[in-house]
Amino acid sequence: MKPCADVIVIGAGIIGAACAQALAARGLRVLVLDAGLHGATAAGMGHLLVLDDNPAELALSKHSLQRWREIAPALPDSCAYRSNGTLWLAANAEEMAVAEHKYQVLRAQGVACELVGGPALRQREPALREGLEGGLLINQDGILYAPATARWMLQANGIEQRQARVSAIEGNQVRLDDGQWLSAEAVVLANGIQATDLCPELPIEPKKGHLLITDRYPGSVTHTLVELGYVTSAHNASGPSTACNIQPRPTGQLFIGASRQFGTTDPAVEGWMLARMLKRATEYMPGLAQLNGIRAWTGFRAASPDGLPLVGRHPRQDGLWLAVGHEGLGVTTAPATADLLVAQLFGETPPLAAEPYLPERFLGVAACA
Amino acid sequence: MPELILDGRPLRVPDGTSVAAALALGGDGCARTSVSGQRRAPLCGMGICQECRVNIDGRRRLACQTLCRDGMHVETRP
Repeated sequence: MKPCADVIVIGAGIIGAACAQALAARGLRVLVLDAGLHGATAAGMGHLLVLDDNPAELALSKHSLQRWREIAPALPDSCAYRSNGTLWLAANAEEMAVAEHKYQVLRAQGVACELVGGPALRQREPALREGLEGGLLINQDGILYAPATARWMLQANGIEQRQARVSAIEGNQVRLDDGQWLSAEAVVLANGIQATDLCPELPIEPKKGHLLITDRYPGSVTHTLVELGYVTSAHNASGPSTACNIQPRPTGQLFIGASRQFGTTDPAVEGWMLARMLKRATEYMPGLAQLNGIRAWTGFRAASPDGLPLVGRHPRQDGLWLAVGHEGLGVTTAPATADLLVAQLFGETPPLAAEPYLPERFLGVAACA
Repeated sequence: MPELILDGRPLRVPDGTSVAAALALGGDGCARTSVSGQRRAPLCGMGICQECRVNIDGRRRLACQTLCRDGMHVETRP
């Protein structure tokens, strides 16, 4: 079979787009196939944040934030990039201790951040309720509009895009819905929760999230406001959970999250879950209850068992590479994922250690390695 | 026959008139100006599309879901 490109990327979300752009920048011809299913990139908040639940997550998100700052000057206005900072909110002394610990960890890694006491919190964000214990401001976190950013990445020279559903993968060959087979030097699977349709052996589970956006209320919030309970409870819960996440969009709209549900692929907005999520947000910002929500929708995060993505060679399929399982951090970690993938494809030393994200931690080591 | 103030001008309408209808009767038909500067008018007429968001007595409401009342202040600009 005659190769149709140097690399085929499956999935035109932020991960596939970042990988395609990085591969094209190396002079490769890249074919991007996308089924048009509206994955997590279309649904998510586009929050760019450093997270430190474990050293591998911190290394990946920190490197990626640095890469986003380098990319930012080239982004068109439609990508709505802002470096507005994340303000983690501590409701009690226990959460403030978590904030202080995060502060130490992040400072040691050279991440710009500052602890904010209770009274100072309301000077910075007057819409917050009285009586919060304090917070941690991560100064260089940001936001962007991920669908526009993915589209911009895919405009790079050397990238061809095609709307097509892939029905099977065999190493470096893919079969389209119409029965046509395509081949390339390498195939990169970057299709989020749909990855298990093509590779059932991947340990990826959909985690449903609800989102709501308000009408425009410019100036009401400056930083992205996230409760520290997000770290201490929501991430670790196995049942449905919610956490306060309030993001000011450049339009003046407020973007409200977050919820998590396992074991469902039903995209319907569920009133009880939406209500629980909004109630949580109003516990931090009471005035939110007086604002108008104009749209609510859901999306699905592609979650791996350890919360880290799978980036690298598929150990049992020659020519197939994986960039999946980013859960809620795909937009943040897209540039770092692309760096890791390209370095491995070219046999180079990546800018950060690749081991924590290698697919063989779940799939076993390659028989031919 | 309630009389409302639409963008500073009085407008008398029949009982049971929605604010969306009043916008068509007494204004340019539009409820608001979008973030990109376009004038936007009611579309679905049943409270779903959110196009007819308008300021009524200082609060953001849906014009199609609100009946005109005497003395009501309706602001469609900026």
